[in-house]
Amino acid sequence: MNPSQCFHCGNEIVEKDRIVFEAKSFCCNGCKTVYEIFSQNDLTCYYDFQSAPGATPLDIKGKYDFLANEAIVNQLLDFQENTTAIVSLYIPHIHCSSCIWILENLQKLQPGIIASQVNFPNKKVRITYHSEKTHLKAIVELLCSIGYEPYISLENFGESKKRVDRSLIYKLGVAFFSFGNIMLLSFPEYFEVGEFWIEQYKDFFRWLIFALSLPAFIYSASGYYVAAWKSLKQGLLNIEIPIALGIVVMFIRSTVDIIFGFGQGFFDSMCGLIFFMLLGKLFQQKTYDFLSFERDYKSYFPIAITKILPDGQEEAIQVYDIKKGDRLLIRNQELIPVDGILISEKASIDYSFVTGEAVPIEKESGDKIFAGGKQLGKLIEMEVLFSVSQSYLTQLWSNDVFQKKVEQKHKSITDKVSHYFTPALLLLAVLSFGYWIFIDVSTAFNVFTAILIVACPCALALTAPFTLGNVLRIMGNRKLYLKNAIVIEQLAKVDTIVFDKTGTITTNKKTSITYEGEILNDFELKLIKNALRGSNHPLSRRLYDYLPPQELVGVSHFEEIIGKGVIAELEGGTVKLGSSQFLQHMSEATHKKTKVHVEINGVYKGSYVFNNQYRQGLEQLFEELAKKYELVVLSGDNDGERKILEKMLPPSTHLVFNQKPEQKLVYIDSLQQQGKNVLMVGDGLNDAGALAQSNVGISISENVNVFSPACDGILDAGQFSKIAFFLRYSKNAMLIIYMSFGLSLLYNVVGLSYAVTGNLLPIVAAIIMPLSTITIVSFVTLMSNVFAAKK
Amino acid sequence: MSVIYMLISISIVVAVFFLYAFIKAVRGGQYDDDYTPSVRMLFDDELVKETNKNQINITEEKQL
Repeated sequence: MNPSQCFHCGNEIVEKDRIVFEAKSFCCNGCKTVYEIFSQNDLTCYYDFQSAPGATPLDIKGKYDFLANEAIVNQLLDFQENTTAIVSLYIPHIHCSSCIWILENLQKLQPGIIASQVNFPNKKVRITYHSEKTHLKAIVELLCSIGYEPYISLENFGESKKRVDRSLIYKLGVAFFSFGNIMLLSFPEYFEVGEFWIEQYKDFFRWLIFALSLPAFIYSASGYYVAAWKSLKQGLLNIEIPIALGIVVMFIRSTVDIIFGFGQGFFDSMCGLIFFMLLGKLFQQKTYDFLSFERDYKSYFPIAITKILPDGQEEAIQVYDIKKGDRLLIRNQELIPVDGILISEKASIDYSFVTGEAVPIEKESGDKIFAGGKQLGKLIEMEVLFSVSQSYLTQLWSNDVFQKKVEQKHKSITDKVSHYFTPALLLLAVLSFGYWIFIDVSTAFNVFTAILIVACPCALALTAPFTLGNVLRIMGNRKLYLKNAIVIEQLAKVDTIVFDKTGTITTNKKTSITYEGEILNDFELKLIKNALRGSNHPLSRRLYDYLPPQELVGVSHFEEIIGKGVIAELEGGTVKLGSSQFLQHMSEATHKKTKVHVEINGVYKGSYVFNNQYRQGLEQLFEELAKKYELVVLSGDNDGERKILEKMLPPSTHLVFNQKPEQKLVYIDSLQQQGKNVLMVGDGLNDAGALAQSNVGISISENVNVFSPACDGILDAGQFSKIAFFLRYSKNAMLIIYMSFGLSLLYNVVGLSYAVTGNLLPIVAAIIMPLSTITIVSFVTLMSNVFAAKK
Repeated sequence: MSVIYMLISISIVVAVFFLYAFIKAVRGGQYDDDYTPSVRMLFDDELVKETNKNQINITEEKQL
């Protein structure tokens, strides 16, 4: 174990904060406490599976008080009867086998817990507990104390239990059962034609095959009939039509064959076809269970909030029960759920959720505060103006974009091809029938059915699912998680890319800080760093991290004036840090930049300027994209950074500033009106409307487990510079599909040449069908990996 | 030759049984989480090993 890393969480240890306990180093008291809890309960195995698996527990005092309210708890529980209760909690930190182990041994930490079971892919833990011996609140607090804070939001509230749809797997199982057994029973007749024993048992075999094919024909393939019928009603020629037609014709022809003793029929090919096509469907259904692409404000909002009753008592109430005129108590780091008026003297509200802007906004008593902000610092009181559903932020979700279920806005590539394929096929079948009917009527029927059977576009229908499924996996490995396969096709069509500024092309994490003014000596730096130690303001924290390590100096007096700055009296001087108003230093008129001014012993020294830092590789990315795409940067901020951006980005980039969330949506819409296919790359809730409106909305996330707005894809922030690769790759995926279409058409031509001449034997169909499937699947898998390897 | 009827019937019955078992397993949610059980099955051993170790230590001390 690296001694400079924390034994519990693996973070770098700051030397002066090092805590050594039982010969192990920890970065903070929190981590040490977790270790203590585990070692007292003989659970130190936790550290054996994975080194440094933990997370630092956060201070949650009072945060989960609402769980004391029985009505709220009941909404969260999966099950309750007598004294047994079951709850499922989503824990974003679950990431390794140590996590599974400790969470499944919770009963050792709290006796009231009966059992707990982790679902790793969903990052959920299902806890069964004794509701008289312990309480949900105690369990949640226990989880927090060991660094596994569950995420409980309004979304969990009263959520109807989703039924998992497993019908595809059942259908696949049934199809495989039919396919396998029919293949075995068909074999004798392929090779032993005319033998004495087969003649004797022929009927038994054939009728058994017929019986076995029924479940696959009726149940497994049912989805295709429904889809074909739907597209017929809409007057579209989907790929499902020739598939359904092929299956039905195969079944009828084969039944006729065995009734009249013409032959054994095509039941084996039919079941194989159904099985392979269902397999393709399953392959395409890659989902990232732990990610959710359909989030709205509910996943951000807390379930309950503290209400102050007229008699001064506090009570936790559900967010939906908040009424106009209620007085609410908002604690540090709590989200404001409704619009209202501030009653407390001062508040400092972080609207980064809504605007993407990380610098908190100061509010004074009587100011209006909006839902979606996060209170930083002391607890505040507010009076409610609107209920949840009428608040400004939630109003955004009543926009039409969020209401309509996007029922495949676009025609998929397979449907486009089948638009030509289906009529051509029907034409060919009718023509051959017309030709043969003058020669021999029974051959004419044979040829007609054989064409529909052999041309049943199995390989064609499998191409897209297997290619896109594979591309989806490869992109997932490279940390672009797409909602489904259709997104890839749309990504390939994009011609305009719109970027949000704050949080998307800039990072929130590191801000480059520059100093302007009189040069500070080492002693002054030491004073500043020590003065910042006590402050919790985000700018103070960032500045503190930026300054080089200094030795500690005793602080005799420290005062933080919220929204203004800090005054600290230290050994050797007095330091005043904060806004220009606070220091009464009004020489500068620039309020566009974020600055912290410094005054030492009454003398103004200068200011630290916080510049937004752009993501790595931004310039190269834009340069590369500018060659093929139209680029737009859409920002909610003022145009303070226009100059820098103009210098950095290619001259063709449009820069649009001062855009409110609805304006962003309208802007995207106007681009689409001009016939553009728009890719929106954004991050915060302020982009939610634009992400939903765009053809493809990709949300950038520093940590994919943390919540991002509704979108078509989630991209890990570290992969930002690879956007060009993903776009190119999606285009290549389409190329692969076209190539593979060519290949499967080739098979169709071979098969049809048998069919048109009236020579299609069951054995030929039984060979061509799996052969084409295998070729297509291996071809697309190979090609998609080859293209992925190309940078 | 009528033994063929019997053998084939048996083989179909066996196959139907497997299909039934498969569907029952899927319905019971066995395939919903295909990762955690593979990790979980390795855990119990670790715990037992540790308690055993403790017991051995205690007995050794007594003998001394």
